[in-house]
Amino acid sequence: MKELNYSKGQANALVVLRLLIGWHFLYEGLIKLFNPSWTAQGYLMGSTGPFKGFFHMLSGESLIGFIDFMNIAALTVVGLGLILGLWSRWAGYIGIALLAMYYLAHPPFPGLTIKGPAEGSYLFVNKNLIEIFALAVLIKFPTDKYFGLELFFGQKFKKKPSIETIKED
Amino acid sequence: MEGNEKKSTNGWNRRTVLKGLAGLPIVGGALIGAAGVSRSAKKEKQNILNTLNINASPPPPVGSMSGDPIKIGIIGFGGRGEHLCRASGYATKEWLDSMRESAKKNPKDTRLKSFEEQENLNVQITAVCDLFDIRAEKALNSFGNNIKRYPNYEALLDKGDVDAVIIATADHWHGPIAIAALQAGKHVYVEKPMTHNIAETYALREAAENSKAVFAVGHQHRQTQSFLTAQDVIKKDILGHISLIQANTNRNSDNGAWQYAIHEKASPQTIDWEQFLGSAPKIPFNKEHFFRWRKWWAYGSGLSGDLMTHDYDRINCILKMGIPRYATASGGIYTHRDGRNVPDVYQVNMEYPDFITGDSPDKRKGMTLVYSATLGNQYGRKTLLMGNEGTMELGNSLTIYGDRNSKRYRDTMRKYNIRPGDPIYSYDPAADGVDGVTSATSKYFADKGLLWTYRDGKRVDSTFLHIKEWLSCIRNGGSPSCGIQEGFEEAITAHMAGLSYKIGRRIEWDHIKQEIIAKPGEDLDQILLADTDNIYLGASFEGSTRDTTLAL
Repeated sequence: MKELNYSKGQANALVVLRLLIGWHFLYEGLIKLFNPSWTAQGYLMGSTGPFKGFFHMLSGESLIGFIDFMNIAALTVVGLGLILGLWSRWAGYIGIALLAMYYLAHPPFPGLTIKGPAEGSYLFVNKNLIEIFALAVLIKFPTDKYFGLELFFGQKFKKKPSIETIKED
Repeated sequence: MEGNEKKSTNGWNRRTVLKGLAGLPIVGGALIGAAGVSRSAKKEKQNILNTLNINASPPPPVGSMSGDPIKIGIIGFGGRGEHLCRASGYATKEWLDSMRESAKKNPKDTRLKSFEEQENLNVQITAVCDLFDIRAEKALNSFGNNIKRYPNYEALLDKGDVDAVIIATADHWHGPIAIAALQAGKHVYVEKPMTHNIAETYALREAAENSKAVFAVGHQHRQTQSFLTAQDVIKKDILGHISLIQANTNRNSDNGAWQYAIHEKASPQTIDWEQFLGSAPKIPFNKEHFFRWRKWWAYGSGLSGDLMTHDYDRINCILKMGIPRYATASGGIYTHRDGRNVPDVYQVNMEYPDFITGDSPDKRKGMTLVYSATLGNQYGRKTLLMGNEGTMELGNSLTIYGDRNSKRYRDTMRKYNIRPGDPIYSYDPAADGVDGVTSATSKYFADKGLLWTYRDGKRVDSTFLHIKEWLSCIRNGGSPSCGIQEGFEEAITAHMAGLSYKIGRRIEWDHIKQEIIAKPGEDLDQILLADTDNIYLGASFEGSTRDTTLAL
């Protein structure tokens, strides 16, 4: 167990970042959950780049139901973990795995054509990649015990948790 | 930092609890937001659907298949003949073997499974007639002990134990065999085009009208669910006045250009060449003409009868517009300069100056159906029905776009932020199942809704449904959806287009006299079937029949 010391400003900024990414994931998960006809099939079938074979395989009839379910479940769980501040380190790892799949399914590599209108221009770095590393930052700089349900878990409650000193397991 | 900590002696203070639980309202917010957005999107969609109120017309009614089996004779057992037999429940051993092999390699290939699950139509194929020994024997080897082979259709009709016949011969035999079968009191299912020339179109209509037998033309897409839905779109006047329709053939393969395989065992000993020629000019035995008959006017009718008839009847089953007042055709042999004399690029304008759709017949009437075909490119041009309120894109799926200037949809589109390129309605029965499609030509047919359709979400061979409808009419009464009147309209329209191509002039239909207007001295049938390209352009095209030994 080690201790991380944040200034109040640092801690607050990290919490806000965590909540924003959490919202992003949770909303994506819920909006898909509430739309029964949603499927990732088109997205996967449109995959380009070195890993397209893998993603095309996932889009097959036998797998797509499971893939859709896992995608919605993972998005929702990551969102809940980050917002509630509960096991958000694990939420971070799952989020990174998910974002890495999105990144590799449609990688912003030179020479690959983007299907449909793009809202920006990217070479190697796109918003998925940035969000991956934002999650990496959150894993390395946890705030669950500063702001989140983990305030109630994983430590002796008799001892008042510190505000800016966060013990990392 | 430690110094800033506010100590509490009672474990959690209020502030800690708040900080611990602060995520919960945020989760609630996301939940409410997502639910609200989803609900309003669903409601908008429902509102639009309610406004349009499109429902598929019920499929043609079919009754029970019980009772004694109907005994069927198959006349013409080539590729299409085999398909029609499968639709009736009879597959050849060769087909079953190749499907087993194919299903093993590709689990997505469900053709064998679909065939095995196909409903039993309670028929017996008791007679076969094919002029090529190998094909006739294939049927004998596969279809059990009750089937007999006859050397020609006359013998089959005369001696065969049959109640009904399926005719899938070369086009120039459709009419004569169908007439003879009807006169013999047999029920008839004949492939399209219904006839090969004008005279036999009238003769067949007369024979069908004078017979109690059930007569059906093989335009199986009349069973296609999207077309039944399209009928409702027209009935509810969703597109407004339709002034232009475009339908297309886009193919770019040997098979698509009728370059079928020539069987290695084909010879004057295995093929009854004299019988094949029939009304066609007498020429020496020619394998290519036998297997690729669609390439010559003498036996087939090129894009006119072979593929335009599909598109024409697809539209006719929705709009019931009948025979056009005028037909103008042009084209040429541009890609497959292999000795054929039917064009491989072909454009036909069919004019209906008095045709009315929409709600203001005093203001708007008249429509042109443009059929445009190439056998040298397979870019998928869509079938479009274009009205002043909206456009319908038609195939196995159906999509409707509101017109940018439509008074009816302008407000709806603005209200729901629908861009002119986005559909206001979309029907895709295949959305839940991506089918393994076998070849470019079958994809061409499937996209047009000609190969299979959907009933209760399940993929069904539309030819099976069409055969079933015919059998139901035989057993239980009723009229097939594509009967003699529909076939008459299809055939006359195709012949008008063929004549226009040959003569180079706009061909007119006199709907009072019910005849194609000829100039004095013109023998329209002779012109239609002649071995010429365009009679007034000098009847010459390089690389035509001159390259073969077959000047007619």
